[in-house]
Amino acid sequence: MQFEYSIEGGNFSRAGYASSEVKKKLKQLNVDLQVIKRVVVALYEAEVNVVAHAYNGRMEVEIDKDKIKLALVDSGPGIPDIDKAMEEGYSTATPEVREMGFGAGMGLPNIKKNVDVLTINSVVGKGTTVQMITYI
Amino acid sequence: MKVSDLIKELGLKVFAGAGGLDRDIDGGYVSDLLSDVMGNADTGMVWITLQTHKNVMAIASLKDLAAVILVKGLRPDADMAAQGDIEGIPVLGSDDQTFDVAGRLYGLIKK
Repeated sequence: MQFEYSIEGGNFSRAGYASSEVKKKLKQLNVDLQVIKRVVVALYEAEVNVVAHAYNGRMEVEIDKDKIKLALVDSGPGIPDIDKAMEEGYSTATPEVREMGFGAGMGLPNIKKNVDVLTINSVVGKGTTVQMITYI
Repeated sequence: MKVSDLIKELGLKVFAGAGGLDRDIDGGYVSDLLSDVMGNADTGMVWITLQTHKNVMAIASLKDLAAVILVKGLRPDADMAAQGDIEGIPVLGSDDQTFDVAGRLYGLIKK
């Protein structure tokens, strides 16, 4: 089963909408609750990253018998140093975004903790693709 | 303990989400960093914060939290309150500061 949602860069009033829709789908499919809890953390963080940093993007979800594959594909500034971005506490979020309680440098570490496989590909000036796999 | 019991015990205001007043409370989490709550809070917790925007409710819903308590007399933004009603997650308020609200909540839950 595959589905896709679009994500609008900069629009915080819709941040979390796509993650919430995927959560509903996973519940309908009777996916184990502990798996849903982990997937939701990773998805939300990845969605907020697109909203906070990119111009626009999409969330692709593929659910198989044995795994959930998630991809966040955006057009945006890209990540110059992915290792640095993975460090807890490092963030390039704007002061406005930080004031909302985002941008604490916990997003990517949260994702890493909550999926089985995390792959990040980024081209500066073009965009970023974050792929995540969780085995059921 | 249910959210409605907590409201009585702590004298909290109910701004929104009255449909969720019989949710069960299993614990509490105190943070104003949204990713911290996303990563570490758990189902059934009450979230004490000073953040008053709509994204608080997105997290409360994704994490299946029992309720949100705003401290120091803060009020939710209109779209946060509206989202609380849609999700049926109570948005509550206290005039006290975080330390006092958390201390009283802890006393109620852990006894």
